[in-house]
Parts: sequence; structure tokens; C-alpha cells
Amino acid sequence: MAKIIVVTSGKGGVGKTTTSASFATGLALRGHKTVVIDFDVGLRNLDLILGCERRVVFDFVNVIHGEAKLQQALIKDKTVENLYILAASQTRDKDALTQEGVERVLNDLKQDFEYIICDSPAGIERGAHLAMYFADEALVVTNPEVSSVRDSDRVLGLLASKTQKVEQGRGRLKEHLVLTRYNPNRVVKNEMMSVTDIEDILAIPLLGVIPESPAVLTSSNSGSPVISDKNSDAGVAYDDLVARFLGEERPHRFLNPEKKGLFAWLLGS
Amino acid sequence: MMDWRKIFGGDKKSNTASTAKDRLMVVVAHQRGYGSAAPYLPKLREEILAVVRKYVQVPDTAVQVQVQNKDGLEVIEMDITLPEEQRINSL
Repeated sequence: MAKIIVVTSGKGGVGKTTTSASFATGLALRGHKTVVIDFDVGLRNLDLILGCERRVVFDFVNVIHGEAKLQQALIKDKTVENLYILAASQTRDKDALTQEGVERVLNDLKQDFEYIICDSPAGIERGAHLAMYFADEALVVTNPEVSSVRDSDRVLGLLASKTQKVEQGRGRLKEHLVLTRYNPNRVVKNEMMSVTDIEDILAIPLLGVIPESPAVLTSSNSGSPVISDKNSDAGVAYDDLVARFLGEERPHRFLNPEKKGLFAWLLGS
Repeated sequence: MMDWRKIFGGDKKSNTASTAKDRLMVVVAHQRGYGSAAPYLPKLREEILAVVRKYVQVPDTAVQVQVQNKDGLEVIEMDITLPEEQRINSL
């Protein structure tokens, strides 16, 4: 049975697309047939993060409006077997998405895929609403920063009320907290809220903590999801996150500052 | 009390993380009370206020309704404040 998972946050720039790309890639690398859909109509970016921007011919909106077949719009990832991308339209506006259209495309995808990842746009309007509406589970991406946490809480309220599963009385969505841009050095200095602080406030189970990492930018520069950079802390953290999502026990890493050697300390690096 | 960290001037902006957490706790509690977690809450409050007003003249603020999380259960907490002078006459 296919599972629909929305990656959402409310606030922009916290790492939804980065998380969607790495999460989908991680699931595919573990042998699950996965499709990731960009719901950010008018401001598509998932294609850039996954390095397939030059291969987009038809998009999600084309399929919804019957201008292309689903098979024509699905982009097969060049390096990862089992991974497919459905890009957002760059020229249309957010009203191009219709609830019936989205439902139809998702139902078609359910026939072929194990996991359908919906990369939500920022905000709480139409695109974000439709990205979460048909979901079974949600990854709520949050930065340890006040506006991001507040917006995440707001989104949790919407997940608990404005989704088909809830409206039809089929229970609640399973919610997972993904804390990104975490900086343990600032946490010990009391300059940044800790994982525990944010868990206390949002009160949903923690799936993963992604450390603030230069690798996120460099990976996006080259159009490769950061999970593919196995030497980077963020890449390893995303790999742990995917493993945990699939039921493996993995202790959380990167929660404490790295212990510096005396030499590094003397150099002040 | 003397704080050695203050003497060395290293603790000026201390604990902004705790400040952030405290502020968020307040904001989030408010958001959950009146936000989408229980979208019927404002209407529920209005209706209860109307019922109370059948018997007692109260100001708009007399009825307070909040959703609270207690031991994993959602509980609706309601406060109805009666004005001082009305208390004896009306009840």
C-alpha cells in the first residue's frame, strides 16, 4: 500500500526541499520505489536540488490539466534507481492546482509507487494545503528559531484538522519532527534552543536532527541531494533519518559539540 | 550575588535560548487555544456566552474557553466569570 508523506513547515527557507530531496533519495536507495512531487507551483526548485532541471519537459500542472500523460511528466533520476521526480510548473500560478486534479494524480501514482513524497511550498495557502491534504504522514521541518517553531506549530494544527484523513474520521496523520540547521556549539552556549526545548514545545516525535552544514550548500550547487555526500555530517544525518523512518534503531548524532584536539583549539578553528 | 562570568564580561546575552523557549510556550498555547487545533472553539465560546446571557448580564470577556493538553489528552477548560453585583441577585 502506497504511503503519501508531506514535507512541510509553514516558514520558508528552513529546508523542506533539501529534506524532500534527501528523504526521497534515501528511500529509493533502500530499494523503495519513490516519487517526489514539487507542489511549489510558480517557484519550482526541487528539480534544481536533484539536478534534473534540464530534463523537465512536462510538469505536475500539465498532468492535472490533461496536457501531458503522467508517464511523460515523471522524470527518472539518472543516478538513483527507483527515484522519480514530478516537477512543479514554473509559469503557472498556484491556482493551477485543483483538489480533484491532485487527488487523481496521487491515485494514479499509488498504483506504481511505494512512497509518494509531497514537497510543500511555504505558507499555508492553496499549494501547502493540497500538499498535505491527502497525506498519511508528515515530516515537519523546523529550525531552532522562534518564527520557524511557531509556524511549525501552526502547521501541526492544520495537519490535525485540514486533511482528508482527519475530515473522513480515519484517524490522525503520523507526524515526525525534523530539526534542521542545528548548531550544538551554540546550544551549549545557550544561544540556541536545544532539541529537548523544541520537542517540549511541539510535542511530536523526533525523527532526525540535521546539523548546520556547509555540505548542504555545496550539494545544492552541484544538483545532488546532500544524502549522497556520505562524508558529510548532514548526509549521514539524513541517512540515519531515513533508516529510522523505516523502523531501524539509530541513535541521534551531532547533538553535542565536537571535541576539539588541543592543536585545533590552539589554532582557534 | 557575585557572578564570576559577569566579571569577565562573558555572559551579557546569556540564556537567550531560554527566553526563546518561554516566549514560544506562551505563543503556542494561545495559538492552540484559538487556532486551527480546535476550529470550533470561537463559535463554541459565542454560543456559551449567549446561553449565559439568558440568565446573567455579562461582558464579552466573561467566557474563556481553552484547549489544554493534559497527559496526552485534550481537555477543554472553560471559565465563566460573573460580575460581582449580579452574583447574588441572579442565582
